[in-house]
Amino acid sequence: MSDGRIGDVLLKVEGVTLSFGGVSALSDVGLEVRRGEICAIIGPNGAGKSSLLNVINGVYDPRRGSVTFRGVRRRRMRPHETAKQGIARTFQNIALFKGMSVLDNIMTGRNLKMRAGLISQAIYWGRARREEIAHRMAVERVIDFLQIEAVRKVPAGRLPYGLQKRVELARALAAEPELLLLDEPMAGMNVEEKQDMCRFILDVNDEFSTTIVLIEHDMGVVMDVSDHVVVLDYGRKIADGTPDEIRNDPTVINAYLGVAHA
Amino acid sequence: MDWSFFFEVLIGGLLAGVMYSLVALGFVLIFKASGVFNFAQGAMVFFAALIFVSLHEKGWGFPSAAAATLTAMVLLAFFVERFVLRPLVNQPSISLFMATIGLAFLIEGAAQGLLGAQVHGLDIGIPDVPVQVRGINISRFDLFAAAFAALQVALLAFFFSKTRIGRALRAVADDHQAALAVGIHLEHIWVVVWTAAGFVALSAGILWGCRTGVQFSLTFTALKALPVLILGGFTSVPGAIVGGLLVGASEKLAEVYIGPKIGSGIENWFPYVLATVFLLIRPEGLFGEKRIERV
Amino acid sequence: MIYREAGQFKATYEKDQQIFPIRQDRIVFAGVLIAGFVLVPLIGNDYWFNAILIPALILSLATLGLNILTGYAGQLSLGTAGFMAVGAFAAYNLMLRVPHMPVLASFFLAGLVAAAVGLAFGLPSLRIKGFYLAVTTLAAQFVIEWALTKFGWFSNYNPSGVISAQKMVILGYRFESPVRRYLLTLGVVSLLALAAKNLVRSRVGRSWMAVRDMDVAAEVIGIPMLKTKLLAFGVSSFYCGVAGALWAFAYLGSVEPQAFDLTRSFQILFMVIVGGMGSVLGSFLGAGFIVLLPIFLNVAAHSLFSGGVSQSLASNLELMVFGALIIFFLAVEPAGLARLWQTGKEKLRVWPFPH
Repeated sequence: MSDGRIGDVLLKVEGVTLSFGGVSALSDVGLEVRRGEICAIIGPNGAGKSSLLNVINGVYDPRRGSVTFRGVRRRRMRPHETAKQGIARTFQNIALFKGMSVLDNIMTGRNLKMRAGLISQAIYWGRARREEIAHRMAVERVIDFLQIEAVRKVPAGRLPYGLQKRVELARALAAEPELLLLDEPMAGMNVEEKQDMCRFILDVNDEFSTTIVLIEHDMGVVMDVSDHVVVLDYGRKIADGTPDEIRNDPTVINAYLGVAHA
Repeated sequence: MDWSFFFEVLIGGLLAGVMYSLVALGFVLIFKASGVFNFAQGAMVFFAALIFVSLHEKGWGFPSAAAATLTAMVLLAFFVERFVLRPLVNQPSISLFMATIGLAFLIEGAAQGLLGAQVHGLDIGIPDVPVQVRGINISRFDLFAAAFAALQVALLAFFFSKTRIGRALRAVADDHQAALAVGIHLEHIWVVVWTAAGFVALSAGILWGCRTGVQFSLTFTALKALPVLILGGFTSVPGAIVGGLLVGASEKLAEVYIGPKIGSGIENWFPYVLATVFLLIRPEGLFGEKRIERV
Repeated sequence: MIYREAGQFKATYEKDQQIFPIRQDRIVFAGVLIAGFVLVPLIGNDYWFNAILIPALILSLATLGLNILTGYAGQLSLGTAGFMAVGAFAAYNLMLRVPHMPVLASFFLAGLVAAAVGLAFGLPSLRIKGFYLAVTTLAAQFVIEWALTKFGWFSNYNPSGVISAQKMVILGYRFESPVRRYLLTLGVVSLLALAAKNLVRSRVGRSWMAVRDMDVAAEVIGIPMLKTKLLAFGVSSFYCGVAGALWAFAYLGSVEPQAFDLTRSFQILFMVIVGGMGSVLGSFLGAGFIVLLPIFLNVAAHSLFSGGVSQSLASNLELMVFGALIIFFLAVEPAGLARLWQTGKEKLRVWPFPH
């Protein structure tokens, strides 16, 4: 699948080491993600996949190592900064704002693009009003894309699990990110929902050329959707390559089947 | 620099701090076992003291007045568990906290409504004659209070670590669900805890009452226990003691040494500002546990 | 049947985003405004203005302020009355020391002063959360009370720290009579309520709610923590400051720092809880409820115990009822009277059918 869709390196992670108290979450992990590709991170539970996303995103501060995004190399960017740079993400346990409506949740995704000052918002005239309308239109496009029109006024906390995941994805998309980090976007979904989600992810990559890094457990999905697969186990990278290469890699098979190793 | 004066103020402050510690102990007990921050602890102190002193004034002897008050505190514990804790069981802790603010008002209103709003003096027979140690005056009463507090802490420590109920309390504090899974009745535990807190409140109330008289302002003085907990950590019994001593000593010293420069009455806010500064440096207090937020 | 949305379609986002999308709501609100500005001045008596309407309106404003900070932004504060005090004393001093200071401008500037103080005490909120923050706001409350009492300059060296608010004269009109003070208060409060409503449905309001609901996720989206929290403290304190100024100028006439003590802070917190956290309407409902409650209790006590009850018993009963109410609302309807109102409207929508 190496067509013109995939470009040069957008994200580079080098030598990242992270630990909590005495527990080591990541040891010397590195990978490269190319512009326009869909990269899947897989591995048994507790392998450190979410922690890796959290490091890329600036939520965790690694003890060692660096993250290079768009050519700029840092040990850590603050989460707010990563958002500004064009990284958006979803969380394993759904980090929606439960007290707000779906529409408002997705509108928060546009937050960085809105400039109107406090007074303008208080009077709701001029710039603030224009921005509200303009960004509402952008948000409606995302709502349309993910087919959640029917629930746009419902408080997010009241939605069923599958829809909540979709709303979270919508919020991430509303920011028009260059890099999208998805943490188990299909966890807890049935077959139909998974198919929908797969289609959405592929569409996002196709229509908006968004680079996607996703954590996923379902091997079928991983093989179908990704261009590039990275395998983690006990905080270390044990394999890195195309889906076919990974499928046949003995180290990976051992890790999943739990053959005793040091 | 008059050292003997300094030590007098310091020791006076430390001993006053013991009082704060006693009130804070009640907070810690409840927080440790149920995760509820009981704003009404001060009101409970007032309530207990008021009942005790009213009975005493009617001619009851100390032991019977104490027994009757303790019974009242047990009843209060049942009431709180049934009408405050149970209805609010699934709500976020901030809601429970605000409910205890409501509870504080409820208890105060009930106490004053039933027993009147006059100030009561209280005397439990310890003469307030100062003891002289190396030229420093120390109040005999304060020493008694300190000894009493130490005894309470020792009893509580023993209770928590050695008895069956104490173990159950620690289990509940750690993980409600798991405790349920091993068959611990949460409601019983909570009644026990609030009763224990009630006992602590009574002793604090008696001691405070002797010092400053039993009156409404007792509830607000108890607010000072909050900075104590911040300094000492919300879940630590030794922390409550150390925190109390720190707050007591520092506020007295501040009043005496900084007060003349910027105006008196510093004790009203000094502990809170101290707590704020402390929180900025170490949000979990001296003895508290650091919480790691996982996303 | 009367309360239906059928037939009311919105063809533009603008129409969809207005404050009252349903026509019946707009009519009712217009009615309320007319009643407030026209009817009440005509038929109201002085007692109602002085003892009920004016304080209820001013406290609604303070409740709105606290609601912004605690209900929308999720930052618990027990120092509300302190910021009111700052506003009151700031307005007094501005009128006293600045020649030709217009009254309304002094209120506005007083609000800004209160906002500045609020910002200062709000800085710790970056590192401190939940009820730890409540303790920090207690520090604010006590420090402000102490400072205003201790430093005579604030009260122009009055021995008890009392300030006597100057008379309000705007464009030649004297606002001294109860009716005029009521209209002035109503005007100021209405404007600020509109501003608040606009703020909470704009970007800043969403940022506040995001911080309240899940601050880690909010940061990840790009919502700036510091700025958002400080704005909450600033705007909230502004509202409380203006409310404090109104309390001194339009309600009491003369006031001392103790009028803005911890009990007052609790009272306003209760109004937020009863009215509904995170609701503009709730702020008004809660304030009205708590202001009317003692009067209602008094009347009830008089009819139950002929001859009434002693003053102290009455005030203790009040305490108990307040306390019980808080627990009740938190347990049964944490979203307060505003949610009850919403539920009522939903039922009305399908009336006369049950669901």
